Amino acid sequence: MSFDNAYEAITEENDSRWAFGTGFEDPLSGVDATVPSGVDGADLAAYCLMLGDDALIFSHRLQEWCTNAPELEDEVAIANIGLDLLGQARLLLARAGKAEGGDRGEDHYAFFRAENEFRNVRLAELPRGDFGELIARLLVFSTWRLALLQRLVESRDPVLAAIAAKGVKEVTYHRDYAAQWAVRLGDGTEYSRERMTAGLASVWPYADELFTPHPVELRLAGAGVAVDPSATRAEFDDVLGQVLRAATLEVPEAAAIPGVAGKAGRHGVHTEAMGYLLAELQSVARAHPEATW
Amino acid sequence: MVTAQAVASRVTDPELPMLTLADLGVLREVSEEDGKVVVAITPTYSGCPAMDTMRDDLVHALRAAGYAEVEVRTVLRPAWSSDWITEDGRRKLAEAGISPPGAAPRRSVPVPLTLGPPARRVRCPRCGSAETERLSEFGATACKALHRCRACREPFEHVKEI
Repeated sequence: MSFDNAYEAITEENDSRWAFGTGFEDPLSGVDATVPSGVDGADLAAYCLMLGDDALIFSHRLQEWCTNAPELEDEVAIANIGLDLLGQARLLLARAGKAEGGDRGEDHYAFFRAENEFRNVRLAELPRGDFGELIARLLVFSTWRLALLQRLVESRDPVLAAIAAKGVKEVTYHRDYAAQWAVRLGDGTEYSRERMTAGLASVWPYADELFTPHPVELRLAGAGVAVDPSATRAEFDDVLGQVLRAATLEVPEAAAIPGVAGKAGRHGVHTEAMGYLLAELQSVARAHPEATW
Repeated sequence: MVTAQAVASRVTDPELPMLTLADLGVLREVSEEDGKVVVAITPTYSGCPAMDTMRDDLVHALRAAGYAEVEVRTVLRPAWSSDWITEDGRRKLAEAGISPPGAAPRRSVPVPLTLGPPARRVRCPRCGSAETERLSEFGATACKALHRCRACREPFEHVKEI
């Protein structure tokens, strides 16, 4: 094998010398991407970005725990959960590109959108706190996401339904991990209980946003494609109630932090933490826009 | 010429090299359309980083066997289950010191919350003892948990039920 220059050699297609290949291929390659009849492609794309951005941005926060977790086992657990969510994000962002009908792939959405084009809930982007905050956030996020994905399995969009069915299996053990730690910390020592209580108090003001539907979600829910997030509230409250009772903790009483003029994450209105997060997430891709990974 | 099915069936998993993609249940279908080989594979987990390598390995193996045109397609539905690991695959896992999965949990809606450890009975793949304990539900790859044998004291990996 000979090449004119070294770069040609390392970007050669299908080169099995590289552990994970060169270049990330379309995670939906070969999947029928037809948009179901009567469904607006732009709406479907926006909806996929909502669920995909939730996973992408929270995955980024989870990745910040690498080398920062209290124990090796939890380091591995958090990294595994982050990887699952990154995988779900890749599928959803790729689905958004196909629903939109252009040639945009997952990298475009992850690396070349501006802050106000990201549609994740604000809970996902909050700066990394302590382990109590992580467990509280993961518990709230995964309980809500599992309730959403379980319903999305019935979506009229077969791609979304398939992504959801796979996600249900994964988010089930994300939620169990968070719930088991919430019980251990809440019903643990005085100090662990204090930290767990503070963690719940810090994420609780962002919980209401999870159940506030965006017009796109409502339109698509009406078409049998999406889930109206307000329909997941009862299940969420029930599961949180089970966990908090076992943890001997109270449901936090903290006022919701509203968005701006009724708009929050789903509308692209984020907290100040989002810009810093994106600066880190996007800097390499933006510095080398033609690079092959 | 060896059939495309036979060639594809011999390609091994990059992370569990003792198993073929067929043993693992990842290889879903091999067919030929207009002189082109079409291979369908399914990811074990959404974030499986080995999918691209599997794709490359399949294309390489089939080209080397004389199939010039190869297309690898992803199938997402139904979602992969550890129940799809074949009997042969389970035997190979155990021989390599990895405990094979039990039956995957049956799905119910809503998914019940589990506050205790998973109710799985794991035998030590080295000494066969049932006296084992879980060290960590998450391991070096998404599909494995870490256990330890209380009889022979050896740690070992267990493929999770999903």
